[in-house]
Amino acid sequence: MEKNLEVLFQEKIDKEIRIEPKDWMPEKYRQTLIRQISQHAHSEIVGMLPEGNWITRAPNLRRKAILLAKVQDEAGHGLYLYSAAETLGISRDEMYEQLHSGKAKYSSIFNYPTLSWADMGAIGWLVDGAAIMNQVPLCRTSYGPYARAMVRVCKEESFHQRQGFEILLTLSRGNEAQRRMAQDAINRWWWPSIMMFGPKDDESPNTIQSMKWKIKRFTNDELRQKFVDICAEQIKILNLTIPDPDLKWNEERGHYDFGAINWDEFWQVIAGNGPCNKQRLDARKKAWEEGKWVRDAASAYAAKRAVRKEVKVA
Amino acid sequence: MKQYIKKYYYGDYGEGKNGAADISTSGSSKQEWPLWEVFIRSKQGLDHKHVGSLHAADAQMAIENARDVYTRRNEGISIWVVESKYIHASNPDEAEALYDPANDKAYRHPTFYDLPDELTHI
Ligand SMILES: [Fe+2]
Ligand SMILES: [Fe+2]
Repeated sequence: MEKNLEVLFQEKIDKEIRIEPKDWMPEKYRQTLIRQISQHAHSEIVGMLPEGNWITRAPNLRRKAILLAKVQDEAGHGLYLYSAAETLGISRDEMYEQLHSGKAKYSSIFNYPTLSWADMGAIGWLVDGAAIMNQVPLCRTSYGPYARAMVRVCKEESFHQRQGFEILLTLSRGNEAQRRMAQDAINRWWWPSIMMFGPKDDESPNTIQSMKWKIKRFTNDELRQKFVDICAEQIKILNLTIPDPDLKWNEERGHYDFGAINWDEFWQVIAGNGPCNKQRLDARKKAWEEGKWVRDAASAYAAKRAVRKEVKVA
Repeated sequence: MKQYIKKYYYGDYGEGKNGAADISTSGSSKQEWPLWEVFIRSKQGLDHKHVGSLHAADAQMAIENARDVYTRRNEGISIWVVESKYIHASNPDEAEALYDPANDKAYRHPTFYDLPDELTHI
């Protein structure tokens, strides 16, 4: 019987029929999705921190309003994704607990510091750019609630990347110090951004199953290559350089070749030893703990009002 | 009828040393604000459509949160919220039997009727 269900499930997937919360699904499919969606949600939430750092120091009101709107969008993305994960049977509090206890992972990129205003440009262009590259195929992922959340996210992301590029473009047309600032930001964010696509295909054993279930549509390396190809062209408009001496167009492959990635650094950051891991988690925990009285007060108020309503009805 | 939101506790969430099961028994979800389903009318004349869900302490807060989470770009002019526990749904395992009565009634569709081509405005 169980085997039969699994065959039927795979047939649905193959026919591009979306899986919905109450449909039968293999336990492993459910677990893989819970892990992937909640990690994705955590990344959106933690992702607010590096940029939040610059809201009060944005160079003008226009930039400040834009950055605020972008960070608010990221909060929204986290919320869409948490509720998509909840349809699989995990509670919101459990997910928070997993984040706060360090059990759950989030994207390694957010463990790097934001040192200058130009970092807001580099993050928008590269980090949101890499996120979009990952997220667009997820709009067609096999699990309905995840796909629908991603459609909403993708609609909102494109302004994030454009505002980032605009920041870099403005700096690149500025004075020498501003150009240097932009180049420095790109130098620091480039490699972490291309690491965002995750380990190389041959070191990413879950990919095969995830592709079969159509949770993922492209491999990490395919997406990374696409991203490099696009950025290698876009950087020309900025008249700046990508910090990779091996970056070179390969006529035969029809792609840009690029240098070796420092995977040791990637695994170190994932393991919690990045420059800001502790700071990021501490900030999340502090926000959660200091918000407790607000959550409690709202619950108490709601309970009181419900009682008052009952009395009126009676 | 199945409950819309089921709970599953996992022992092997992966990544960390411990499973997640110890967390779910900590009682934290008892304090969790209830879950609400959000429906939005994007413009006058259209139906409210389900857009997602969120947590809020009460209906008023659910509407305010829905505004911030689901209508940051003028996506709606009217919001409905309903606590998720009040949603009852058909069972997908019984879909075949449930919709079976409609399957053999092709005559409910206009294309069932074979009429001369000269006949117009019908
Ligand atoms: Fe986002
Ligand atoms: Fe973004």
